[in-house]
Amino acid sequence: MNVLVISEHNNNEIKDSTMHAIAAACELGDSVDLLVAGFNCSVAATNGAKIEGIAKVLLADSEPYENQLAENIAPLIQQIATKYSHILMAATTTGKNIIPRAAALADAQPISDVISIVNKDTFKRPIYAGNVIATIQSHDKIKFMTVRATAFESVLQESSSAAIEVIEESFDSVKSEFIKNDMAPSERPELTSARVIISGGRGMLNEQNFKLLENLADKFGGAVGASRAAVDSGFAPNDMQVGQTGKIVAPDLYIAIGISGAIQHLAGMKESKIIVAINKDPEAPIFKAADYGLVADLFDVIPELDEKLIV
Amino acid sequence: MKALVSVKRVVDYNVKVSPKDDNSGVNLNNLKMSLNPFCEIAVEEAVRLKEKGVIEEILVVSIGPQEAQEQIRAALAIGADRGILVKVESDIELQPLAVAKCLKKVFDREQPDLILMGKQSIDGDNNQTGQMFAALANLPQGTFASELAVNSNHVTVTREVDGGFQTLRLTLPAVITSDLRLNEPRYASLPSIMQAKKKQIHETTPEELDVDIAPRVSVVSVDFPPERPEGVKVSSVDELLEKLKNEAKVI
Repeated sequence: MNVLVISEHNNNEIKDSTMHAIAAACELGDSVDLLVAGFNCSVAATNGAKIEGIAKVLLADSEPYENQLAENIAPLIQQIATKYSHILMAATTTGKNIIPRAAALADAQPISDVISIVNKDTFKRPIYAGNVIATIQSHDKIKFMTVRATAFESVLQESSSAAIEVIEESFDSVKSEFIKNDMAPSERPELTSARVIISGGRGMLNEQNFKLLENLADKFGGAVGASRAAVDSGFAPNDMQVGQTGKIVAPDLYIAIGISGAIQHLAGMKESKIIVAINKDPEAPIFKAADYGLVADLFDVIPELDEKLIV
Repeated sequence: MKALVSVKRVVDYNVKVSPKDDNSGVNLNNLKMSLNPFCEIAVEEAVRLKEKGVIEEILVVSIGPQEAQEQIRAALAIGADRGILVKVESDIELQPLAVAKCLKKVFDREQPDLILMGKQSIDGDNNQTGQMFAALANLPQGTFASELAVNSNHVTVTREVDGGFQTLRLTLPAVITSDLRLNEPRYASLPSIMQAKKKQIHETTPEELDVDIAPRVSVVSVDFPPERPEGVKVSSVDELLEKLKNEAKVI
């Protein structure tokens, strides 16, 4: 089995989510190759070649790949797909944008959000917002998949070095033009890789109160998350949203503060190792998902936690 | 300018589903069915563009069982002009590749300038159909859209991506898939619901469109996720910190 992983990178480092996708690929195949497509990204290829389990890096360094637009990357994947049994990408917004497009070009039915590999053609994935888990078998010759980073351990950077093969061919759809990225600046770890997440809900009441969570998160060296209700109420930006329609997270410690625990939210965080719920409503559904529940007014709890917490 | 919006009939978002007794699939008997929320947002966006005078005609298409007519009617009540139902037997499991192929045939016939759809359906949670249709029709794609600006030849789309927003400029015709925050759909008024009953729905089938809808993926089983062991209530911040330190060992 030859498996191809499509990497995400910032031209230098391979992103953490890709490291988890490589771990999933290693479960599937004897030989795992890594595609590094971008512009001026040879450093990323060199770093990719050092990753545990990688047999070969394919480097496609060309201007149309600069922003990883699906319109340009998908035909590149299609071109090299026939050498592989499986083509994987992490289930990030980039992965979800690219993999279905590449699969359609190869006349294959992709499999989204894989959380477990049963065997080479059978996989588990959540459906209905994670309320049930489907075990499905693919009959396609080439299996295109996105995998949930939180469901697989990460691979390591090694000192060894895989071969780098350059792909000269370049695809440019010209119908799609990149204008800009507006990325929220944050000194905190990314939600999807943070060890601790402090999340706030509608109970935080306003944007100013929501900032109280930042102090707490910094004490843990953690990230700040939000429920959809908090985002919709304007307390927190969109990219902080944890849930089925936001980010799927699985930190060691998830502290939900003033979050009622809608199914939508639980679907995004219930794989966390330890869940703490703090809410003044003892009937809030979040307590059913929590390992430790504290029924209390969050405006009393936050300062007390802040004061007593020595990490 | 003409818009094509695709919509899906799904289990209502308030319903909690469970596996069938033999775990062969999801039990869908006698459940409330609705228009997929992301599709509803796509319909609303098309109607707003029509109200602004950017779009003249909105065509809504659904690939599904006879009953999917109800969801087409719901879209017509929001403000779409006419419908197409690509009818399949209700026991056939439609997969995104098959849906994308049917949409491609409808696209070829109707030649819309803008194709709007939801980013995912809340049953299969695949998030694939828009991207796959865009590939088959060789069109640019603006997925997970939270803002649109359409002019005569282009659509500028703001996408919700990990870590923030991305803006793309796509040459029309283009495919847009809606994220949650693109708009808040209106409630259809009684007069518009009555009016929608008079609007035309054309029926066709995958066979007529010459599309093979045979599933590529089969369901082995459907199960509840493993349950978490029941948690405990703590009575104070001190007790919570003590448990996190000594029992859970996470701090």
